[in-house]
Amino acid sequence: MSARWPETPVDFPKAAHETLKDSQLRSNLGHATTAIRAKREDVVSEVDDWESLRDEGAAARDRSLRRLDEMLVRLEESVTAAGGHVHWAADKESAQRLVVDLVKATGSDEVIKVKSLLTDELELNPALQDAGIHAQETDLAELIVQLGGDRQSHILVPAIHRNRREIRDIFRRELPGAEDVSDDPAALAEAARRHLREQFLRVPVAISGANAAVAETGTVAVVESEGNGRMCLTMPKTLITVMGIEKVLERWEDLGTIMRLLPRSSTGERMNPYTSLWTGVTPDDGPEEFHLVLVDAGRTNALADPVGRDTLRCIRCSACLNVCPVYERTGGQAYESIYPGPIGAILTPQLQGLDTAPTLPWASSLCGACYEVCPVKIDIPKILVHLRGRVTAETNASGKGHHAGAERLAMRSVARVMDSRRAYEAAQKAGRLGLSLMNNGRGARGALPGLSGWTGSRDLPDPERSFRDWWREREAGELEQGPDAPALPQAAQDPAARSGAAMPGTPGPEDALPTDVPRLHGEDRA
Amino acid sequence: MSGRDEVLARVRAALRTAERSASEHELEPPPAYAPRVRPATDPHELADRFAERVADYRATVVRTDEAGVAEAVSAALADLEPATVAAPAGLPDAWRPAGARDGGALDHAELQTIGAIVTACRTGIAETGTIVLDHGPDQGPRRLTLVPDRHVCVVRAEQIVDDVDDGFVALRPETGEGAAHAPPLTFVSGPSATSDIELQRVEGVHGPRTLVVVLVQPGAPPG
Ligand code: SF4
Repeated sequence: MSARWPETPVDFPKAAHETLKDSQLRSNLGHATTAIRAKREDVVSEVDDWESLRDEGAAARDRSLRRLDEMLVRLEESVTAAGGHVHWAADKESAQRLVVDLVKATGSDEVIKVKSLLTDELELNPALQDAGIHAQETDLAELIVQLGGDRQSHILVPAIHRNRREIRDIFRRELPGAEDVSDDPAALAEAARRHLREQFLRVPVAISGANAAVAETGTVAVVESEGNGRMCLTMPKTLITVMGIEKVLERWEDLGTIMRLLPRSSTGERMNPYTSLWTGVTPDDGPEEFHLVLVDAGRTNALADPVGRDTLRCIRCSACLNVCPVYERTGGQAYESIYPGPIGAILTPQLQGLDTAPTLPWASSLCGACYEVCPVKIDIPKILVHLRGRVTAETNASGKGHHAGAERLAMRSVARVMDSRRAYEAAQKAGRLGLSLMNNGRGARGALPGLSGWTGSRDLPDPERSFRDWWREREAGELEQGPDAPALPQAAQDPAARSGAAMPGTPGPEDALPTDVPRLHGEDRA
Repeated sequence: MSGRDEVLARVRAALRTAERSASEHELEPPPAYAPRVRPATDPHELADRFAERVADYRATVVRTDEAGVAEAVSAALADLEPATVAAPAGLPDAWRPAGARDGGALDHAELQTIGAIVTACRTGIAETGTIVLDHGPDQGPRRLTLVPDRHVCVVRAEQIVDDVDDGFVALRPETGEGAAHAPPLTFVSGPSATSDIELQRVEGVHGPRTLVVVLVQPGAPPG
């Protein structure tokens, strides 16, 4: 059973202080992000209309988010017409209850699961456990995390903090029949295959997330690499899919747009090995019963904020993590939430309420690399700055000293990472392009609302400017590699490894969190 | 209040709140969907690109003409007992390996004893080297191309489209009154793979570990 995330995170500086001590974590993470960055660059540069594709990706997400109520009602109609059942959960507790009841109704006391950030967020596994239902994770990395009683460190490669010897030891200890397994990744994967195959064929209920659903057709999509997703979506009698309400798309073709953007941004592949699309139930093919659980759990907090709502475009590709110097240095677990890195810094406070995660908006240097790579053009620095303003204005001031702590830590991390990273093209390019904090994400400029009264403070442009100046000076002066500059990991140097290799588990079907924290737009809440 | 009413009420309230507090540019409606306009593609170039990109995933690609399909298929199965090979009922007879079992009739346990499955496909995508299955009669239900360890898939050159968005246009399900049920779709790009352990690629976790694509094109060299 995966360890739970803390009830109320999130003191970033304190948590980061712990993770910073772990040099194994840091070197694994550095290796991973460098390799994935290089692969992403390669496959993105193949697409000649990438920038207009990003625009279309943002527009496709916005078209649905702006009329989210209509989209959800339409999705419900289409799924129902295709033989599925739709359920609605306003918050974490009702989502847990709904899913537990659906599983109980099947009579099974075990379920198999496809990696899903949302179900992690909803703490579904512990809730199922409490109800006497065993939930088996089937994604290799999730299995490693689950068997190790651990927490995820990266959206895409959740077990990146573990090396092969640690994984071998976990398997030998926890996996039946793997007592003698070697530390060869192929042998470890084979042990997982054998262990899980029996469960795929036997367990009658599966739980999945979803990467997207199309309102007009009722089609749901799951993107993956290993085939465990296909197994869970195909073999059991009952399928329960848990999806955040923001994942809905209006048109069938919008899914085509997202599928051009996601694999290249996520794993740095032209396409991930497997994508499954299904519409309701199909006679003699796959589950006989299909339940779609639509979950709010704080998404409407973000939707009510005209600046913050762009966060909901996110397709969980994790590109922003891989370019973030702060993330690279502190690791995902420092964010103390299922969503780490730049996206976590803007999503977690909005889902959970600004009171519960007040330091996260400061866990960034505003260098802008995250915005440059985001396939749906979420202007993360702009939203960070906006949320800093809201934290200052709307929450009570206790803990403010920590903001400075988080920010200092972020800036220091950047300095360290820049020092040691030879291939810092992404952030470098972002700096040269001159990221605009006032950019609305589709190229237009406009004022930031709700910032008067504090935009004059040192929060807004200064840290970013001085950082850039600092970097330029470095570029001008000491650009030459020192003799002791660390070598790039193998994967980033070897062109074959860059183009050929598939990356991990691919975008996990998605997202979500507890709702109902502070009512920032309380008067309008039904 | 039901969960449905509560969620929808929250969504509507949030949309109203955002609208009220938004500045003008934040209210600009997002641009409408417009399909990408591109020059026509050359079918030979599409087939070449498709073959190259499928091979990039470390899948095996065999190019042949119609007359060479049977031979290419049996070569891909040469090391297996005929009784461990299955094919869906709707596979063209000329492509069906001798002695292959009827895949649609196999239950979960029987499927476990099958070493390879031979199918057709619905669409190929050149840009990404992807085959798309719609699990029609010449492909069989989803489990058939999932449980066996080897998948031999026959793709006709004329099924290949340029890019993923073209694939979606070609695959659009019917909508509206009386629309046919949309079939499940599986996009397959190479064999199953993981890089979860130290980012080292391992081919084949749960899906087929071997993918053989037989690309059929008039005038292609047989075999
Ligand atoms: S915010 Fe980050 S994870 Fe989300 S779509 Fe953008 S780059 Fe990907």
